[in-house]
Amino acid sequence: MEVRVVNVRKEFGRFAALHDVSLDIRSGELIALLGPSGSGKTTLLRLVAGLERPTSGAIFFGEEDASHKTVQERNVGFVFQHYALFRHMTVLENIGFGLKVRKKGRPTDAEIRRRASELLDLVQLSGLEQRYPAQLSGGQRQRVALARALAIQPKVLLLDEPFGALDAQVRRELRRWLRELHDRTGHTTVFVTHDQEEALELADRVVVMSQGAIEQVGTSDEVYDTPNSPFVYGFIGDSSSLPVKVEGGEIWIADRPLGLAEPDLPAGEALLFFRPHDIELVEGCSGCIAGTVATSHRFAATRRVELEVGGARQRVEIELPVDHPAAQRSRIAFRPKKWKLFPVAPEG
Amino acid sequence: MADFRGYYDNPQASGAASPITEGRAARLALMLTAFAFLGIFLLLPLIVVFSEAFSKGTETYFSALTDSDTLSAIRLTLLVAAISVPLNMAFGVAAAWAIAKFEFKGKAFLITLIDLPFSVSPVISGLVYVLLFGAGSLLGPWLKAHGIEILFAVPGIVLATIFVTFPFVARELIPLMQEQGTGDEEAALSLGATGWQTFWYVTLPNVKWGLLYGVLLCNARAMGEFGAVSVVSGHIRGLTNTMPLHVEILYNEYNAAGAFAVASLLAGLALVTLVLKTLLEMRYGHAIAASRGH
Repeated sequence: MEVRVVNVRKEFGRFAALHDVSLDIRSGELIALLGPSGSGKTTLLRLVAGLERPTSGAIFFGEEDASHKTVQERNVGFVFQHYALFRHMTVLENIGFGLKVRKKGRPTDAEIRRRASELLDLVQLSGLEQRYPAQLSGGQRQRVALARALAIQPKVLLLDEPFGALDAQVRRELRRWLRELHDRTGHTTVFVTHDQEEALELADRVVVMSQGAIEQVGTSDEVYDTPNSPFVYGFIGDSSSLPVKVEGGEIWIADRPLGLAEPDLPAGEALLFFRPHDIELVEGCSGCIAGTVATSHRFAATRRVELEVGGARQRVEIELPVDHPAAQRSRIAFRPKKWKLFPVAPEG
Repeated sequence: MADFRGYYDNPQASGAASPITEGRAARLALMLTAFAFLGIFLLLPLIVVFSEAFSKGTETYFSALTDSDTLSAIRLTLLVAAISVPLNMAFGVAAAWAIAKFEFKGKAFLITLIDLPFSVSPVISGLVYVLLFGAGSLLGPWLKAHGIEILFAVPGIVLATIFVTFPFVARELIPLMQEQGTGDEEAALSLGATGWQTFWYVTLPNVKWGLLYGVLLCNARAMGEFGAVSVVSGHIRGLTNTMPLHVEILYNEYNAAGAFAVASLLAGLALVTLVLKTLLEMRYGHAIAASRGH
């Protein structure tokens, strides 16, 4: 089922959680809503589910305007961060709940049990039918919650920080498992996360959100390699930034040229972004970024060096191979291989 | 350093097992004080009630209980409890549900209002109804003209009892429901359950132990209430006397054995409530722990 969010705005009292958000979710896609806390990603998910009503704007399920439908009518599978399993029901009763409460076309009890067992098999928990949620581990509970959501044959599967409450090991395992499950069942799936690794690894497309708005929508490669805003550059992966000046198509830091040209950019203040590992060291440069080493840390296979550039006013981070001789020096000059400039809007 | 050696050498006295444990003498003194206090102020009166009740033999005891006025007092007390407890249960669940699961204006005011009967003297609670329905009130003449008796009749007693006992269920459920949040309800709704199904299959089972506990306390108070009921009852023997009022009348008539016989029933009710409450706490404590472990 294709889902379209059109110019949606959501206010809680006087606080606007989402400003004019539009998003097309393709049928059968696994899409991640990624952003820091307070970016509005969970609000967007709850709006799609029908657990919240938009202040303005519309949400379409296929061709149908679902904006005024209740959560029951929308037929979505929602998986909560803290599972929200019914603690007084067994695993099997939990999974069968959505079928049991059906008004029209309620299957027989035997049929409900059969379908619940099938789903339990799908989430690889056969044998735990009669357990209560309190007797399950976190990962098992989350899989029961998923089976319960799948039981109603939802048009869309929505997951709110599905692995947020689990430890790192289980999280990685479940992530891979969810990808396989998605590929097998083909549900249109939207999940919310603040973990970029999770979003980049798992999703077909990533929606990067900040302060109640969508910053960028794209594949993992797109949001990592061609970020379209300073926020996305800073949020996805490691990055360093420096305030620079553009004059005559050349980039300057203080009064030194960097040897980087950006002919299309209008003259003025700008922010230079680059990845700490995407640099080349240069010797005795006439056009480079030079700085004194402030700190130096071993980080797995590389050494991260923080440089003070332009008289200690700015610090940037670069990555060097552990055995590189430059790591011992007190002064390092380098030039980013890949970089991007974002003009700074003049104040006022 | 030498000064400290003796201290460390005697782990028993210094409580080395746990840094906050007091010495044995201190512990003993605290426990004795607590037990002595409870014994004198709670246990002793209870024993006196039963010994006085049986002071003139079991025959007097049972004849006092089977006296027609006593029987009618017991019936009235049971009737009042049977009406007021279910009503307060329904009210308590509704109020707790509204307060714990929804945001609305006037919520703080509603919570304060629920606590009102706890902070108001029961005599005042009774007087409120006298002022509302009495002959000199605005409603009085109208009620009289239509032949509706509230004051000095069963309806007045029921109203006063409801007023005094209505915080019990709500007070018990509000913190429990607030702690559980709305996640389970949202899950049920997203699975297609209606509001009523959600309440019946999810919300109610989640609070059943707390509800039972609240109902138990509510019932004990409904049967034992004296002050508010005394003001509105009119003390008509065999008609508007509840058990606590009947105890007072018998006592004022120097019928100590009869008074204590009826009182022993109330004390027995209190004991049964206490035992049930303890059992429930064991059960309910476990349920709370399970819900927290979620």
